[in-house]
Amino acid sequence: MLDMFFIDVYTDNTVYIRYIQLRMKAMHISISNTSEMPIYEQIYNQIKAQIMQGILLEGEALPSIRSLAKDLRISVITTKRAYDELEKDGFIYTVLGKGCFVSKRNMDLIREAHLKEIEEYMKKIIELGSVIDLSQEEIIEMFNIMYEVEKE
Amino acid sequence: MNAIEVGNLVKKYPGFKLDNVSFQLPKGYIMGLVGDNGAGKSTTMKLIMNSIKRDSGIVKVLGCDNTSKSFVNVKEEIGVVLDEALFPEVLNAKQVNNIMKHTYKNWDEDRFFGYMDRFSLPLDKAFKDYSRGMKMKLSISVALSHKSKLLILDEPTSGLDPIVRDEILDILNEFTRDEENSILISSHITGDLEKICDYVAFLHKGKLVLCEEKDAILYKYGVVHATKSEFELVPKNAIVSKRETPYGIDALVFRQKTPKTVKVEKPTIEDIFVFMHKYREENYK
Repeated sequence: MLDMFFIDVYTDNTVYIRYIQLRMKAMHISISNTSEMPIYEQIYNQIKAQIMQGILLEGEALPSIRSLAKDLRISVITTKRAYDELEKDGFIYTVLGKGCFVSKRNMDLIREAHLKEIEEYMKKIIELGSVIDLSQEEIIEMFNIMYEVEKE
Repeated sequence: MNAIEVGNLVKKYPGFKLDNVSFQLPKGYIMGLVGDNGAGKSTTMKLIMNSIKRDSGIVKVLGCDNTSKSFVNVKEEIGVVLDEALFPEVLNAKQVNNIMKHTYKNWDEDRFFGYMDRFSLPLDKAFKDYSRGMKMKLSISVALSHKSKLLILDEPTSGLDPIVRDEILDILNEFTRDEENSILISSHITGDLEKICDYVAFLHKGKLVLCEEKDAILYKYGVVHATKSEFELVPKNAIVSKRETPYGIDALVFRQKTPKTVKVEKPTIEDIFVFMHKYREENYK
């Protein structure tokens, strides 16, 4: 296992954990008990983000389901569900008896997923725009201004 | 494989009946038994250990029927802790070690003294002079020191201060790092169970009301605090039970059936338990 040690900090409602890997990159996970988001989704999102951002590299070992659950003091079933979802969506793979590893990133698939998500947001924008009678041009103009601001 | 399998378990006492209780605890997981006083938690645990005889039903522990002859060997792998630790009053920890050495085939002396050290339990002090917390820590140390694969804990954290309770939960958490190890634990300190359990089972008046994965339960239900007019937005089939005060309504609801416009808070196991029993009964009176 690549995690050499971890630091965990308990605040009121959040458990925070950091696995330091051999190349000194840290995998962070924090679980908020007050969040509306189910715990497995919190884990799923954070690991996925760290894979996409390249903090976790292809072939790198993830902490075992059991040790992550016990370190975070959460249910093993919940942790397993997060890993199952990650595996189903192709972000990690399991080697029986060895553990879970980060998959080779399939950029096309990830791109596809993101395009889909962007479409969803756009649909929402159009819906919301029609509620207050915003024209297509006005939305595009708004978007262009936002884009300028964000890119600066 | 299941660590514990209970099927249609029945036990009758005058004035109490454990009624057709069935559940499974898969190996490697922790199940919490929640229930009010007299709900049947201790009875269930005693029936699992076959220390009282069941009227009917099936109990299998670590794959073995608990009325069969080979259950004696299985008992070696079960650590039991009752809410009152029972060791002869005059014995100290060293003497307890000597007795256990001759009781359990797999007694691990080093591990036992390791726990004594970790819990800072004095070795020469007589058991009767231990505090309640120390007594409990000693019982848990004994339960963990004979290579147990299953712990059955009846109210191990009741009457203990928050720091000792947390320490005990840590040990239990650590015990189940090994996927061979399982725990059945009862408590009415539901917060403790919420911290460590994978599954939660609710017992009420001898009946198993609910037995599900903990996080699934916590996500299935929600708590709503609303004024009467806000509460009208909640459909009837979403309400599990409610409590009305002159100032508004508190209710336990099914999250999925409640409209998004109503603010639903995350419940605790305690919320769910109290709403399901106390207010539900009041609602139907």
